Order: sequence, then structure tokens, then C-alpha cells
Amino acid sequence: MSRIDDYAPIVGASSIGELRLLAERLEGRTIQNINSTAVGGGVAEILLRMLPLLQDLGVKARWDVIKGDERFFHVTKKMHNALHGVPEQFSPEDWEFFVEVNRRNAGVLADKADIVFVHDPQPIALVENKKRKGGSWIWRCHIDFTAPLPAVWSFLQNYIGAYDAAVFSAPAFSRPLAIPQVLISPSIDPLSDKNKDLAEEEVAAVCARFGLDRERPIIAQISRFDYLKDPLGVIRAYKLVKEYIDCQLVLAGGGATDDPEGAKVLEEVRTEADKDPDVFVLFLPPASDLEINALQRAATIILQKSLREGFGLTVSEALWKAKPVIASAVGGIPLQVAHKYSGILTHSVEGTAYWMKQLLNAPEYASRLGANGREHVRTNFLITRHIRDYLLLFLSLAHKKDIVFL
Amino acid sequence: MGPEFEFYTRLNLPVLLGVKARTVPELLDRLRSAPEASIYYHTHRFLQQHHYLSPEPPNDFAFWVTGSLGLDALGEQLASVDTVKFRTLTSLQRRFVEILEAHGRENRSPAPASPEGEEFYFLSCRTFILPTRLKARDLAEFLSVLKTVSINSIYFHMFEARLRLERGENDFSNWFEGLGRKELAVDVARLDPYTMTLESLRKTLIRKVERYVAD
Repeated sequence: MSRIDDYAPIVGASSIGELRLLAERLEGRTIQNINSTAVGGGVAEILLRMLPLLQDLGVKARWDVIKGDERFFHVTKKMHNALHGVPEQFSPEDWEFFVEVNRRNAGVLADKADIVFVHDPQPIALVENKKRKGGSWIWRCHIDFTAPLPAVWSFLQNYIGAYDAAVFSAPAFSRPLAIPQVLISPSIDPLSDKNKDLAEEEVAAVCARFGLDRERPIIAQISRFDYLKDPLGVIRAYKLVKEYIDCQLVLAGGGATDDPEGAKVLEEVRTEADKDPDVFVLFLPPASDLEINALQRAATIILQKSLREGFGLTVSEALWKAKPVIASAVGGIPLQVAHKYSGILTHSVEGTAYWMKQLLNAPEYASRLGANGREHVRTNFLITRHIRDYLLLFLSLAHKKDIVFL
Repeated sequence: MGPEFEFYTRLNLPVLLGVKARTVPELLDRLRSAPEASIYYHTHRFLQQHHYLSPEPPNDFAFWVTGSLGLDALGEQLASVDTVKFRTLTSLQRRFVEILEAHGRENRSPAPASPEGEEFYFLSCRTFILPTRLKARDLAEFLSVLKTVSINSIYFHMFEARLRLERGENDFSNWFEGLGRKELAVDVARLDPYTMTLESLRKTLIRKVERYVAD
């Protein structure tokens, strides 16, 4: 397990010193994180890494997970899709069941916390207990909120308004709300198995295991198998490139326990890829971080062709490995990629294919994009910056002015 | 021995105002009523987020007007606002408003709108200022701290103290002056820190102070 001082060689000792100064000012206060899945997906991943580091800084932070059955996660998956603008139908029973499951989970609030930090819509209705439990309540939205379906928005709005503050990952996700809204981008952990430096032999071993040819270019998209990540669009873009350049495509990812749709998408992708031996569809179990790391390092170009995106942390992962990235201009991706400077932003299958060809044929430019991207991630998207923002957020609850002397 | 210099640092938490603009008239309208902290955020964000990038992109208003509305001439005007000349955020805000008002008077054709997804979102920030516990009693100690102190601390003393806390001059120059090092104070005060990256600002400061430590 990493310690906070392990990050000093990466971000500088002075940055770690600032985290300690902030943490001292939170002494004695307890922070409880609540979400709906302990493994899989970006939220669980960040919490798993962040909690020990907060604790190492002396912050009393803990993490609890609400329990739901298949029906609950079916409703929350529909909510997730609807928040991304996908037309989903909800019955009154769906809403009632959602609230009922939240009420059944009120037990997670048994121990006292000074700050209750609720992640995403699944546990949002726990805020009904705010008056009874006391403390400050923050709702953290990790989802693209640009164009939510009105029915879902109006349902959630009633709950969001009961919190003391809301946190969004990108400016476009903010909504007119009566409570303060804070912008906090998520982050990656440079010391995790998924992002730490790997020896070339480790990368080569993973490639050999999956049958990848290191002599030919490798295009990779590392993402959950989800329609919103557009894996079929990636295959179409690859086919347009393959007409001119002999390359391979890797579609690799896992699934989350709260995503029942994943298996269906994976099946469609396998069917589409079946006809081409140079397309590698790799469904990876949860403990595959080293494999993902190696695949990203082996890639010539990394894609993130999402149709919608909460933030798209896989982009920061790729940039941290100094890889040229071609990604859709959706959700939080434009925050991570400055077009033609630290990567490429595209809007279509054809645009993605065009830039794949360009970068494969201009390796020096591609490498400059990657180098700039790595520095951008170092400054803005590493876990140390994320911890700093959370500490500031917790401290902000006790201060109202724009300029606060601590 | 002069007074001690205490290094402070400042850390920002970005705040979303839930207000956006699609056209220049909308930008002008929202800009008029934007809080000072928002003007500060949009004129200093690039310095902090892209401090490896030189030359830095200009303020957010110029960046958006050029990149999302395609109004190059107006973008250039907004980019050339000389932030270092302004002593208060209110006067800086007034300057942006004047430029946009003049553009409105001179351009009668319908205002172009940004593509969907590229609207200008008004942000602001909460700023937390705290002592680093690092202190200097003379130039030699100052130089030693300057080499390792967080970039946020240098940022605070050079930018925030002058414009946001309205202390008139940057904190370093004020202290140099108190030490009787007027020439160094003037030398540092004459820097335009908006035209260099934060790390190159650190290097420039180190170079300047080194000359006087050797005296």
C-alpha cells in the first residue's frame, strides 16, 4: 500500500507538505464515503486508493457501500443511461423501489460522521436522514450531467437540494442549483498497478500472452464494455485504417457489479470482431490492472471513443504513459486533452480513423503529444491534486467567504 | 537584520456558478454581474493549470471568443488586456466589459453562437491561504527557500497578494524594499509574471536574488 510520501518524487515534496498542512486543519473530523459498488468502475477505484492516503495524512475517513439487488441496479442503470440523455422509461414503482432500497440501507449511517460524502445517484436518497444524523452532507456526481432526461433530473433534484454542497467533474455538468457547486476532476494514481512504471519484459510478457505482435502498430481502447464507450464504432474506425496500414486493435476492459448490460455489449463486440484475427477482444477480470497497464504501454495509439463520458479517466491513464491519445470531445475528456497539443479530440468514426492514420504516419508528432499530455496529467489529474481538492472541499464547509485565511 | 519573510501558500477550490454564455452579448451580460472571484479565476486559470506551457494561452474570455466563436479580432483584444497593469479586479472586470461593449456597438450583424457543448461556463473559486512555516531572515535564507517552496507559494506572493488582496505590489518586492534592497525590489516589480510559466518565474527570481546575495 502506498504512503503519501511515496508521491513526493513524482509531484514534489512541497506539494505533499501542502497536503499535510490542510489535513492538520481537519483534525478530529470524521468523513464517511458512501457508494454502491466496492469493485469495478472509476468511483470504487478512486476510493480504494484514496482512503489509505487520507488516513496516512491523519484524516479520519471511511467508506461504506449500500446493498441492492438486481432490480435496484437495473433501475439505477436506467437512471445512469437517462442522465446521459438515453430515452428510458420509468414506472412509479421504479422510483418507489429506488427510495425503498435507500431506506433499507439507512443502517450504513449507524456510526457518527461529521461529513457524509455520497457518491453518484444510487445512494442519493440517504440524505433523507440528514436531520436525524446531523453533520454536513456532500453529493458527488461522477456522471456526465450535460443533458439529463427531465424525469430523472426532477426526481434527483429534490434530493440534491437537501445536501450542503454538490460536486461535479466538469463545468458543463453544473445545473442551476440553490446549493454551492464545486468542480473537482477525478484522478489517477501513478503508483497503482494500473499506472506504475513497468519493465519492458513485463510489457512483452503480457503481449505474448494475448498473442499481440509488437512489430506492428497496436491501437487500443481500454474501457468497460458499454454502448456509451462505442466499442463498435472503434472497430469501424479501425477497419477504415486497416485498408491502408497493417495494424492491430485491442478492445480490453472488465465489468462492474452494478452494470448488468455489459455482457450483451461484449457479445455484440465479439460477433463484430470475429471475422478479423487482428482484433483482440479481451474481457479482463477485476484484478487485471497490471495487464491493462502493460497493454496501454504496448499501444502505439490509445483511443477513447466514448459517446458520453463521466470523465474518462482512461484518457489520463494513457496520457500518463505519454501515449498519443485520440478521444471524443465529450464529458471531462476536453479537460484532459487540449486538441493538437496534448492529444486529439474527435467527433466521429471517420474523424477518429483520419487521426489514427495521421498519428501512425507521424510518430514524432505523436510522441510530442504524449509528452505534453503526461505533464498536463502530472499537474492536474494525479491523486495528490484530487486529495488536495477534497481536503479543501471539507474545509470549505466551515467557511463562507471567497478568501479564507487558515 | 530586517523583518522576517514568512512564506504563505494559497490553494484554490474551483466553484461552479451554474451560469453560461453562448454569444458575446450573453458573455457581456454575465460578465457585468460576475463576482470578483470569477474574474480572478478566468484571468489566472491557465497560469496554474498549464504551467509547463509557454507561451500560455491568454485569459478564458479571449480563449473562448477565439476558439469557440471564431472572433479572432475580438479574441486578440481580450488577450492583450495587460493584467499586470490592473491593481484591482473591479478595474480589470471593467476593462473586459468596455471591450465587449465596444464590440457590440461596432458590430450590428447577428452575434455568432458557440457550438453545443462549447458554451462559456462561469466559474469562480474559493481561495485558502495558509502559512507554510518556512521563513527567511535575509536574502541567503530567502534564496534557499525560494528554490524548494511550492509553486503555489510563489504564485501567492507574486499574483494573489498584488491583485486579489490589493497590496499594491508583490510581497517579495515589498520585503526587499524593507531590507533596503530597493534595486532588487524594483527589478522584481518590473517583471511581467503573466508572460512566463510559473517554473520559469521561479528561475528568474532565483537568478535575480542570487546577484544580490553575492553582493
